Amino acid sequence: MDFYPLYNSLRVALVSCVVVFFTGIIAAWHVSKLPAMIRGVVDVILTLPLVLPPTVTGYFLLRLLGPRRLIGAWVMSHFGVRLSMSWHSAIFASVVVSFPLMYRTSRGAFESVSKNIIHSAKILGLSDSFTFWRIVVPCCKKGITAGAVLSFARALGEYGATSMIAGYIPGKTAIISTTVYHLWRTGNDELAMKWVLVNVAISFAVLIALNVIERGKS
Amino acid sequence: MSLCLDIRKKFPGFSLNVSFDVGDESLAVLGASGSGKSLTLSCIAGIVKPDEGRIIIDGVTVFDSVKGINIPPQRRRTGLMFQDYALFPNMTVEENIRVSRRHCGNETDELIRRFGLESVRNLLPSQISGGQKQRTALARTLLSCPKILMLDEPFSALDSHLRFQTERELSEVFREFHGTVILVSHSMEESYRLCGKTAVLHGGHVEISGATDDVFRSPKTKQAAILTGCKNISRSLGTHDGKIHASDWDIELQCPDYHVDAKYIGIRSHKIIHGGGVNSFMFRVIQAVENPFSFTVMLLAKENASPVFWEADKTLWREIESDTVKISFPPENLLMLKE
Repeated sequence: MDFYPLYNSLRVALVSCVVVFFTGIIAAWHVSKLPAMIRGVVDVILTLPLVLPPTVTGYFLLRLLGPRRLIGAWVMSHFGVRLSMSWHSAIFASVVVSFPLMYRTSRGAFESVSKNIIHSAKILGLSDSFTFWRIVVPCCKKGITAGAVLSFARALGEYGATSMIAGYIPGKTAIISTTVYHLWRTGNDELAMKWVLVNVAISFAVLIALNVIERGKS
Repeated sequence: MSLCLDIRKKFPGFSLNVSFDVGDESLAVLGASGSGKSLTLSCIAGIVKPDEGRIIIDGVTVFDSVKGINIPPQRRRTGLMFQDYALFPNMTVEENIRVSRRHCGNETDELIRRFGLESVRNLLPSQISGGQKQRTALARTLLSCPKILMLDEPFSALDSHLRFQTERELSEVFREFHGTVILVSHSMEESYRLCGKTAVLHGGHVEISGATDDVFRSPKTKQAAILTGCKNISRSLGTHDGKIHASDWDIELQCPDYHVDAKYIGIRSHKIIHGGGVNSFMFRVIQAVENPFSFTVMLLAKENASPVFWEADKTLWREIESDTVKISFPPENLLMLKE
């Protein structure tokens, strides 16, 4: 059994989890401070990937990152890096799809922090970034960790958008989900079953971790 | 140090229009809930931006709507202790106090010792008592070296036995603090004892302000009378023979100081006197409620009138205890009140 898909899946999920961790909480923090009207609109845009079919997200990504498209062509000509059909292409898909989970969970956590705590910090002369990283984020540690675990789980389970932007190239862009599909289509049921079990085991572990974190909350 | 405040802000259904000047002294802002007390403090601290006006702290303009000045709260050098203390839950008592340290003579260790927090310095706010939380919040505020010290309802979250102790500690802090102190409260007794000046806030504006003694002796408005603890207030009308008719109590009173502006007349319950004399009437006793050191006697002059509350000495009331009683409203004890 070639373990490349496992390695690649974990690598993609980890990298996208780190990216989503920072972008998600920063976006959540800034959005929670916006005026109500604008906040509603921005919130919808940032949450959209959660409800769109992954193929629609994949289509958008291809329109932007494909070798002859706006961003894809620019990166190709300036850095010689191909954004689609390589192992890192899957990161774009995972990031976009798992972002809303991180964003929404941390926004909920931020909104539960008492306004007086933030006001107090300001009046005491503490800078906005100190207040955010040293007071607000630690206060929301559990919510944020839960968000990160959920996004990791989602990134690991990503299939639709990934198969469009990264495809299935064994030993290159193959991840567990695309491998299972490929093996089933080519009639290799036995091996497909093995990968299915691997994936179930990882997701199981991740969700148990999530429960442990959430139980610690109360 | 001083504070000059003149601000206006509109909300649907409420508008704030507050102005006062305070020097190196302590000002009590009395007001019912919703009168704009906390909002005023938020404007001074820079958390809420007024629509128009000016705020000058110690000669520095921190807000001026005409000149477009609005200094952020971080650089205003005010200290505001919130009602819920707003301690940082992820930091220990000591970290909470130390986090905002500026240098102005106060040292962390000294403050921790002075406020009796040595034994809890390494605990989280969730692990300490209400009184300790308040002292932590106060130490934290003092260590940030504010030019103005503002306290929002410091007594409301405390048990009654802690209130007096806290009051004594605060009076010491106030005495040592070099600058303006603003105490927001709906509790008149603590404000009276702690602050030399008082401003009464009602419906978003200052109704009356001045030396605390004067405000309590002569509240001038109905709200100020209520907030300074006057239990007996009636609408009043001048009559032809120079008396005034207290319409809620349905009695006529002689009152040499009467002025047409006075739409209400009031008398504090302990300023009513037992027995005859000017303005004396027979009242029917509705109820007598025993307090630790006095009786509050509820009296009616006539059917369908509003009751008058008389605070009677315990031994006196035990002697007279009857269905009717003669009491008098000495003219010098009557309060003429505007709307």
